[in-house]
Formats: sequence, C-alpha cells, structure tokens
Amino acid sequence: MADKILKKIYVKVWRQNNPSDKGRFETYEVENVSQGSSFLEMIDILNDQLIREGKDPIAFDHDCREGICGMCSMYINGHAHGPDSEITTCQLHMRKFEDGETITVEPWRAGAFPVIKDLIVDRTAFDKIQQAGGYVSVNTGGVPDGNTIPIAQVDAEEAMDAAACIGCGACVATCKNSSAMLFVAAKVSQFAKLPQGKVEAKRRAKAMVAKMDELGFGGCTNTGACELACPKNISISHIARLNREYLKAKFSD
Amino acid sequence: MSNIDSKIPKGPLAEKWSRHKEAIRVVSPANKRKLDIIVVGTGLAGASAAASLGELGYNVKAFCYQDSPRRAHSIAAQGGINAAKNYQNDNDSVYRLFYDTIKGGDYRAREANTYRLAEVSPNIIDQCVAQGVPFAREYGGTLANRSFGGVLVSRTFYARGQTGQQLLLGAYSALNRQIDAGSVEMYARHEMLDVVLVGGKAHGIVARDLTNGEIKRFGAHAVVLATGGYGNVFFLSTNAMGCNGSAAWQAYKRGAYFSNPCYVQIHPTCIPVHGSQQSKLTLMSESLRNDGRVWAPKKKEDAERLRKGEISPIDIKDEDRDFYLERRYPSYGNLVPRDVASRAAKERCDAGFGVNAEGKAVFLDFKYAIERLGRETIEKRYGNLFQMYEKITDVNPYENPMQIFPAIHYAMGGIWVDYNLMTSIPGLYAIGEANFSDHGANRLGASALMQGLADGYFILPYTIGDYLAGEIMVPRIETNTPEFEEAEKNVTSRLEKLYNIKGGQPVDYFHKKLGHIMWEYVGMSRNEEGLKKAIEEIAELKKEFWSNVRIPGEMNNINPELEKAGRLADFIDIGDLMARDALNRNESCGGHFREESVTEDGEAKRNDEIGCYASAWEFQGEDKEPVMHREELVFENVKLTQRSYK
Ligand SMILES: Cc1cc2nc3c(=O)[nH]c(=O)nc-3n(C[C@H](O)[C@H](O)[C@H](O)COP(=O)(O)OP(=O)(O)OC[C@H]3O[C@@H](n4cnc5c(N)ncnc54)[C@H](O)[C@@H]3O)c2cc1C
Ligand code: SF4
Ligand code: FES
Repeated sequence: MADKILKKIYVKVWRQNNPSDKGRFETYEVENVSQGSSFLEMIDILNDQLIREGKDPIAFDHDCREGICGMCSMYINGHAHGPDSEITTCQLHMRKFEDGETITVEPWRAGAFPVIKDLIVDRTAFDKIQQAGGYVSVNTGGVPDGNTIPIAQVDAEEAMDAAACIGCGACVATCKNSSAMLFVAAKVSQFAKLPQGKVEAKRRAKAMVAKMDELGFGGCTNTGACELACPKNISISHIARLNREYLKAKFSD
Repeated sequence: MSNIDSKIPKGPLAEKWSRHKEAIRVVSPANKRKLDIIVVGTGLAGASAAASLGELGYNVKAFCYQDSPRRAHSIAAQGGINAAKNYQNDNDSVYRLFYDTIKGGDYRAREANTYRLAEVSPNIIDQCVAQGVPFAREYGGTLANRSFGGVLVSRTFYARGQTGQQLLLGAYSALNRQIDAGSVEMYARHEMLDVVLVGGKAHGIVARDLTNGEIKRFGAHAVVLATGGYGNVFFLSTNAMGCNGSAAWQAYKRGAYFSNPCYVQIHPTCIPVHGSQQSKLTLMSESLRNDGRVWAPKKKEDAERLRKGEISPIDIKDEDRDFYLERRYPSYGNLVPRDVASRAAKERCDAGFGVNAEGKAVFLDFKYAIERLGRETIEKRYGNLFQMYEKITDVNPYENPMQIFPAIHYAMGGIWVDYNLMTSIPGLYAIGEANFSDHGANRLGASALMQGLADGYFILPYTIGDYLAGEIMVPRIETNTPEFEEAEKNVTSRLEKLYNIKGGQPVDYFHKKLGHIMWEYVGMSRNEEGLKKAIEEIAELKKEFWSNVRIPGEMNNINPELEKAGRLADFIDIGDLMARDALNRNESCGGHFREESVTEDGEAKRNDEIGCYASAWEFQGEDKEPVMHREELVFENVKLTQRSYK
C-alpha cells in the first residue's frame, strides 16, 4: 500500500478571526502530502507551515480523529465532511484528491451555528435541544434489573441505528433550510423504539421540536440532503417517526 | 515506610463497602443546597458523577475542554463493559470478576477497591438500561453478552462496536436533565489550569475560557477531577488529540500524590504507523482476535520483499507463515492478554520480520475464519471495523490480511486516591482514568468503562458526602481571596511565559520528539540504561522547549497552539516522572516490562518481594527530585501467582 505523494495542492480556506470579523477566503499551497494522510493531517502540515512563516494557523474543531466524537466539521468542495460517503472529515483521506487540485474548505454555515473562528462554529444549540427533553428521567440507583425490561432484538437494533448520531451537525449544514430535524429525529426515534421513557414521550417530542424552532433552525421540507451528508447513515425514516410522535403528542393536547 | 493512609475499611472483603457506607456521614437535603462541587471532565466518570451529584441536590459546576460534554474521549471506546451479572449462567460472580481483575492487574491493585468495583458492576448495567442505552439483545429480548480479553466467562455488555459512545450518551443525557433542572451549570470549552487550595483544602479552580482566552475563578467546597489519562505523552496513541495530563499534573504540583505513572497499557491491534505525517493511531477492537490469526513470515527474505512491496501477503504459503502466538502460547493462542500479544509482535519486528515499509507491522488474517465460517458471518461480526480499516488503509481486509502493530492506549497510573477516591489533598477527588485506578499493572479489556461509571454513579456520590458533612458550616467560597489571586497569577504568568518565548519550532515538533524518547525507552519494554537515558534526554528537551517554542496567534482568542503548548509542558514533566517510576520498579509487571526481570523463556517476571506496592510520588518543587512513598499492598483473600498463558 505504498502511498502516492501529492506534489502540490492548493487549499482555499475560510479565514475569520472572530465572530464579528467579516471573513474571507485565503489560498495556500501545500507540498508533498502523502495520499495516506487524513484530511486533518493535511491541515496539520499546512498549519506547521503557517506557524513557521509567522502566520496564524487555521483553527478547526477535532478531537477523536476516528469518526466518533462528532467534533470535526468542515465543508469541503461543497460537501459536509468532504467528497466521500458515510465518513467524517477525520476519516477522509487525501487519496480522494488529485495533484494540483484546489480544495475549498468552509465552516458549517447555519444561522444557529455562529462562527467562532475560521472553521470553528458554535454548536451549543444542539446541547440545548437535548437538554429540553432528550433523556429518560431516571435518577441514579433505584432502577430495576436490566433484564426486567426485555426489548425485541429488532427494536434494540433500530434504536441503536438512531442512537448512532454523533451530533456533528452536517445535516444542518447541508440542509438548505438549516433544519435540525434529522438530529432531533434520531434522539426521539431512539427512545420511541424502547419501552424506557415512554411515559414522557409526548413531552419529549414537543419540547425538543419547540426548542429547535426557538433556536433558529429552519423547518424540514423533506429534501433528503441531510441523509446523504450524514456520516452515520441516519435515515430520514426517523424524521417520519418524529413527525408521528409529534402529531400524537399534539392531538392528545 | 509509607505515611499514606488508604483508609481501607476493616472487616471481611465482601462486607467492607456496605459496612463503610453505613458508617460514613450523609448530608441533609437542606445543607446540600448550600454546598458547591466542581467536576472537571465530563467523560463517563465526570458526567455520571456530575449528574448523580446534581440529582442529590448539590450545586454542581461541570467543565470540559470540548464544545460539548458528549464529545469526551470515552465516546471512542469500542468493545464493551464488564459486569458480574451471570446472565449466561456460566458461573460468573462478583468474586470471579474481582479475581480476574486483580489477577489481570498482576496483583498491583488494592483488594478492597477491586472487590467494590466488581460488587457495584451489576448496578451499572441496570442504570444504563433504564436510561435507554441500546445494548445488544438476544432474540428473547434479554441482554446479550460476549467474551473479551482472555476471560473464561461471558460478561461483557456491548452496543455494537460503539459501547463507549452509548454509555457516554446515557450519562450525557442524565447530565442534560440536571442542566435543564438548574442543578448543574455546564462550562464547555473551558480548560482547568490550576487547583486552588485554601488552608490546605481544595476550594476551587482557575480555568481558561478557550473561546476568548479569559481566565476565570470558580470556588467550591470540593473539587472532583475526572480528566482522563495521560497516554498522549507518547504523541502517537489511540487517545483523542486533546487528551492530556495537565489537570492531574497541576493537582500533583499542589500536593496530590501521583501513583504508578509508569503503568501504561499497550494495545496490540492498532493500525500501524505509516510515514511521518501521522497524528494519531486507530485502534482495531480486541474482539478481532477472536477470529483473526496473527502471523509474520517465517523467512526474512519474504519479510524483506513484503517491505519493498515486491510480493503480497497472499503470495506467502501457509507453511512459510509463523503463527507466533499459537506457537509460543498453545493454550491461549491469539487470545493472550494485551501486554503479551504486544510484546510478541514487537519481538518479531525487532528480529527483522516486520511486514510494512517501516518494518513495524504483523498480519491479522481472516482468511482462515472466512474459509471456516463464510464471508457473511465475518461481515456480520466485524463489518464496521473492516470498513474503518479499508477507509484508512485503502486495503480490503476480506481479501488481504490486516496489518497491525501495538500502540499506547490507556493510562493505568494517575492521581493517588484513598478508598473514598479522595487524593492526598482534602476535598480534592479523582475518578475514572485520572486516578490510579483499581486495576494496577495490567488492566483487562472492558473494565475502564466499568471503573469510570462505578466511580461516578455509585461510589463518589456516597464518599464525597462524608467529607462534605464536615464542611456545611463553610460559607460559599469567595474567589477574591489571596489564594485565588495567587493561582490566577500562576496561570497567567505561565501562559505569558510560553507565549513570549517566540522561538523557532511549533509545539508538535517537540511533542513528536518527546513521543520518540518515550516510545524508545519508556515504551513496551524498559531497562535501566534506557530509562536513565530517557531522563537525561527529557531534561534536554525541556530546556529546548522552554527556549525555542513558537506560539502564534493571540492570547485572547481561540488559540489551539497555546492550549497544546501548556499541555505539552506538562507532558514533558509527566514523561520524566514515568521514567523515574519505571526505573524504580525493578520488576516486570504486566504493562511494565523490565528487561532485567524475565523468566528463563523471556516472559515477564513479577517480583513480589520488592514490588508489592503502589508508588505515590510527591512533588518537591520545580527542578527538584520528587520523593516516592510506598503504599504496601496487602492481599488477604487471593494468593499471588505468576501469570502464564502457555
Ligand atoms: C479507542 C479506545 C477504545 C477503548 N475501548 C474500551 C473498551 O472497549 N472498554 C473499556 O472498558 N475501555 C475502553 N477504553 C478506555 C476507556 O474509554 C477510557 O479509559 C475511559 O473512557 C476514560 O473515561 P474518563 O471519564 O475517565 O475520561 P475521558 O472520557 O477521557 O474524559 C475526560 C474529560 O476531562 C475533560 N478534561 C480533561 N482535561 C481537562 C482540563 N484541564 N480542563 C477541563 N476539562 C478537562 C475532557 O474534556 C473530558 O470531558 C478505550 C479507549 C480508547 C482510546
Ligand atoms: S444526524 Fe447525522 S449529520 Fe446530523 S448530527 Fe447526527 S450524525 Fe451528524
Ligand atoms: S475528530 Fe472526532 S469525529 Fe472527527
């Protein structure tokens, strides 16, 4: 698996020093990037170069670098997490790019995700939606034995499919309405497939949707772009389930 | 002799914890409202603790450096979590889990703590199920289990290959509920940079708001550190990029003992390093060894041609393959514990049989399993791991064997704590990977998650009450006192000092150098000469770093290079202490392999005469040699035996 070397690439990247700065694109040249490197490692190389030149390196969010924490968040050549399917930016590798290519890198763009610096955006709105009801209300201790809550394997699997959401925000960034429906649907759907927390199912669906609207996310018009951009393959069928849960809750008012 | 008191309760092992709980104090609900607790870190340990303490009625302030508590490093754990449920009726029990853990830890953990861990483990599963964690299920709807890491019973609970993620999301949701209820205040993107002591007790922290550089003071009646491990000393590891030892190190500098720093766990099945541009290593779950066979070529010529890319592994005939684990350990074969598998791979590579361009990889081959079970079964069992492998390496593991190599994975050493999880500073607690853990030298798989949640849900909430019951007369902590003043100055002047060096090299340059020294001399095997060399080289690196690092950007803005520089300064010091601890421990002990202490056939040889202790290092001042105290470990219930996997 000898990796090819990209002799020269151009990185056209959004620079914005702080939330009130207007921001602009800058283009940098990077030489000798192994195709076996990840996209973030390529940014590391570029940053090393910028630091040595006395310039401010590009700020970006990342942590686990193995596709699970949901922290990395870049819009690359017009795609959230770049031009490959079912992966996050940290799992994107340079073999997806060609020698001499100009790669355009932007932050997630959505009103509810203000830019903090360069490619870093503020996604605390997601936490606030979860705080509005994305939980089962049990205290520590005093719970029944795990096996007293039997769950059919198919239901557990479906709940797990939904629970796999990493909260990255690619769905929002990709959606032309900046809707957070896929993210909210994933959580509501996880609990809808499980007996736990049924008691508060109605409150949960209503509270989470209300919070999402309040925080400035747009409405869902079923374009399906979110599903295509989602690194964890969260299906829009969960949105249908969220809608059902929400309507159930509304009608019982 | 040691002057440290582990506060292990008297009485029979199985009754220690319940008797202790009966004896320790509780705080009345009205008084809990008047007490503030700071929890630094919101991984499994911190999130579960903060949520549980919030539910109890304390005022909690929780901190993490990521943008959301949901992104703590715990999210990455793949394989599973142990619990003594005996759901499989295979004769598992609290005692058996305790015994396996203490033996897997090479008898370098406390009996009482390890027993308590096993004792509370079943409650963890119940708690997580009640929260809606989607654990794997049998067709009948009951919880499924798998076997893990060379244990003879099936006690590992899992949620696909994403167990850590699901457990963390469970704890995160409990935390969210408390944030919504107002009992927990969450400070994301805040990095703790110092602990504040008033009258010898922990009374708060100083933190930097990472979005704008603002230095802030927070007071509390007690401080809990749940800040994870220090594996990133090695630069390349399976840890998340931001994992750091800084909080633990600041606590150490304020008087908390640091225990067993030389114990780091090395995981045998990681994707090997390639080239020089790599930033971290990716773990491939240990479960792969249930079906994959590990081998290296028998002939050096074959290895050489593989390295040059002239032949492919499938060109090598079965009789020319050396299944070295099966050869050396006929009874455990590919399932030997992590330290044994790791060293065996290194041994083959050092002897010239490594198979990638760097000569630092062996094969993990599923050809045989596919022949036996069919591709579909393998796809069902490991599909997501195979996909991950292919994305990273561009090699299809159904057709070609995977390449693997050991990597640093988990820190077993950490802040010393007593039975109550309190450090040697009153009011300062350490939980999860940040403490020196209940495991000792060689932690088994699937027990770190167990320990984090046991500490956070079921141990700390009780033991901290005992301390706080004595603090109810202490008014809310003011932060405009000289102690906070001094701590803030300490933090600010250090940041300014780093920032003003304006040298020639970025932080990563030094981090890579440190990683190199550590891997070379304080890595998978260590000897006296190498460790002394490491101490010297680290001292040189420290000088170079403090005179030649370059930090760009502004102090009062998001500045990842400044963050990294502070963490690296601490990693350099931690590396030094690791080497000292390793030098001092003249025995081979699971994760710590001293070349001077081996059996005739080259296996690790523990030395109970000199070694039955936990080290507890005390800070003596900048550039002064630290002093080591010994906590003697007493075994009343288990007989110490040498581990053998032959
Ligand atoms: C790839 C991988 C797979 C693993 N698989 C398993 C497995 O299958 N089973 C198992 O039992 N274990 C596994 N482990 C080990 C296990 O995941 C960890 O030991 C455990 O999750 C640690 O949890 P923690 O809560 O102690 O710390 P962490 O999850 O590391 O959390 C640390 C927290 O502290 C915060 N923090 C750190 N420093 C500061 C600071 N200065 N200021 C503010 N906040 C700070 C961070 O933001 C974070 O919230 C695995 C580990 C890895 C790397
Ligand atoms: S639904 Fe998919 S794209 Fe949206 S936050 Fe979750 S993982 Fe990311
Ligand atoms: S850095 Fe964690 S998902 Fe990319």
